[in-house]
Amino acid sequence: MTTPILPALSAEQLSATTLLRFATAGSVDDGKSTLVGRLLHDSKSILTDQLEAVEQVSLSRGQETPDLALLTDGLRAEREQGITIDVAYRYFATARRRFILADTPGHVQYTRNMVTGASTAELAVVLVDARNGVVEQTRRHAAVAALLRVPHVVLAVNKMDLVDYAEPVFAAIAEEFTAYAASLGVPEITAIPISALAGDNVVEPSAHMDWYGGPTVLEHLETVPVSHDLTACHARFPVQYVIRPQTAEHPDYRGYAGQIAAGVFRVGEAVSVLPSGRTTTITGIDALGESVDIAWAPQSVTIRLADDIDISRGDLIAPADDAPPVTQDIEATVCHVADQPLSVGQRVLLKHTTRTVKAIVKDIPSRLTLDDLSQHPAPGQLVANDIGRVVVRTAEPLALDAYADSRRTGSFLLIDPADGTTLSAGMAGAAFAAAPEPVVADDDAEWDF
Amino acid sequence: MSTVTTVPEGTVNPYALSHLDSLESEAVHIFREVAGEFERPVILFSGGKDSIVMLHLALKAFAPAPVPFTLLHVDTGHNFPEVLEYRDRTVKKHGLRLHVASVQEYIDAGKLRERPDGTRNPLQTVPLTEAIQQHRFDAVFGGGRRDEEKARAKERVFSLRDEFSQWDPRRQRPELWQLYNGRHAPGEHVRVFPISNWTELDVWQYIEREGIELPEIYFAHEREVFNRNGMWLTAGHWGGPKEHESTETRLVRYRTVGDMSCTGAVDSDATTLDAVITEIAASRLTERGATRADDKMSEAAMEDRKREGYF
Repeated sequence: MTTPILPALSAEQLSATTLLRFATAGSVDDGKSTLVGRLLHDSKSILTDQLEAVEQVSLSRGQETPDLALLTDGLRAEREQGITIDVAYRYFATARRRFILADTPGHVQYTRNMVTGASTAELAVVLVDARNGVVEQTRRHAAVAALLRVPHVVLAVNKMDLVDYAEPVFAAIAEEFTAYAASLGVPEITAIPISALAGDNVVEPSAHMDWYGGPTVLEHLETVPVSHDLTACHARFPVQYVIRPQTAEHPDYRGYAGQIAAGVFRVGEAVSVLPSGRTTTITGIDALGESVDIAWAPQSVTIRLADDIDISRGDLIAPADDAPPVTQDIEATVCHVADQPLSVGQRVLLKHTTRTVKAIVKDIPSRLTLDDLSQHPAPGQLVANDIGRVVVRTAEPLALDAYADSRRTGSFLLIDPADGTTLSAGMAGAAFAAAPEPVVADDDAEWDF
Repeated sequence: MSTVTTVPEGTVNPYALSHLDSLESEAVHIFREVAGEFERPVILFSGGKDSIVMLHLALKAFAPAPVPFTLLHVDTGHNFPEVLEYRDRTVKKHGLRLHVASVQEYIDAGKLRERPDGTRNPLQTVPLTEAIQQHRFDAVFGGGRRDEEKARAKERVFSLRDEFSQWDPRRQRPELWQLYNGRHAPGEHVRVFPISNWTELDVWQYIEREGIELPEIYFAHEREVFNRNGMWLTAGHWGGPKEHESTETRLVRYRTVGDMSCTGAVDSDATTLDAVITEIAASRLTERGATRADDKMSEAAMEDRKREGYF
């Protein structure tokens, strides 16, 4: 590891930063830990006592260099087995941005963990080994990013030092990956040639790749837009809680508290309340102590309305001329995350925004293999780490968007009513933005991760 | 109390939020989810900076209505008097209800035994667990942050605990999007960590932005301390120093606030929030590494305490 390059940040610098949530994915031995370690180390996020602890443990195990994976392997079982079991969240900052990194393990419970990490990510870094190029796992990573509608994908072609920093090697991998990810509908793909071990193009530009004129990984993370044009989004406000102080000071205050899930809301705007469909007007927006005229996602606010209509937790406020459809029949893609299976006919709870309703799994039309996107019809059930299409009927109507239009109001959980286990993570509507040619496989007995 | 939502300079997007606004919004969302889905939530309030920020966020989340939760403090009997005074003043100021679970009472009643090293931190688990059972709390807010410690980095925002308050890291529910699953059986409860994604620096910047008052021991002051295992512990009635340990007066402040027997002071001349933030931004030690004797005991000290029901 080199000495830290970035200086400590001043308070002024830090108060003007935005937040970027991103996820990393890579196969075993692609150098993901090294990349993460370098990002953390070179941004001064690994502190002396942490590094000393890692060095001490590494030495006691007879390792010559500090094993930076020990920084993220927080559980005894992980350290003992030398594997990462669970998503680890890491935090670092530069002068421009604060970062939340969801570091997802490459093997154990792979799909579940990457889906979890990608669900809140605005950017995903997919690593490939320059010597191996795009492999089965790379295609799987691209598919998860596409499925979860992660807006920005970075392809980090690692170990360029082992292919003599050759441009044609990089160009071929970048082209193959970009074509594949674009065919799945990934809107933005940035390919960067790096060597995480040598430090090329991670934080500092490489001295070995004059032919590359793009940003380093960190530069890209610092400058990528954190949110798309909010005015183009469907505005959505799930009601979390009704605030009614009924005090001498505020005898008549009645506000609907929630976090804006998408888009922009303004005072004076005509809105519908779903599922009832009643319409009214926004008379006030309280943004945590301050009255404002306009608020946007993901702000937590309290909205006041002109009419005293019956609204409670689980209702959705949306512009009167842009309200989502209300439905009891949902077609969706789910990632199954529990050890117990999900079967046709199973009774579940469905949690969507702030509403939880009873539901029944009417059908599981197909299961999807992420490696080649082949579909396996009528599997009957889904087991841990399966991705499949489901048809669900709910006991009560939901104001549900397509996940492609709104990640927050198009997603849901299926929960086991008996023990509360989170069974599946669901995304309403079509699986991919651009539908690839479906491959129908007839024999899936060997299918496994 | 007013917040100005600023658009960071140099950004083209007029709808960007600063990182503090993003973190605040996320925490408020978590508080409101719990208020909407649980019957008897409680906030663990120690008078330390993280729990003070939690309370501030809860006050903002439900304004102008009062906070719909009570507070619980596990008093080790070796708490800093300045912090207890702050705790009582805050409770009174906001008209809150405080439950106190006392480690001293457990020791006096013979239900807990003092440890040879005098550290009372691990002794908090039993009074905490029994208070949760006795009051039938179903959601317990803690100020834990994932950047604090590597076992905490694996913690969920909603963390299910069995009737013994135990944490099983391998049986955690995956947490997707902002959909928190708080389902639990009778007798079980959920630990909720609204500031999971905050760093120590975020907490301090937020305290400065919001003008939040803190106990004075967070700022540089002269104190009689003695050195034990490389840590400056405060001299006082809790049982330090021992005969072979000598005290001296130093200019110090506290980076974390816990039991006096295992919370170390750091040398500092930072008397203002600005100075504290500058000091932390330049610090090369984590706050636990610098100030907590109990986390230095072993690689899995925190994981073990957490499994048993610790905060």
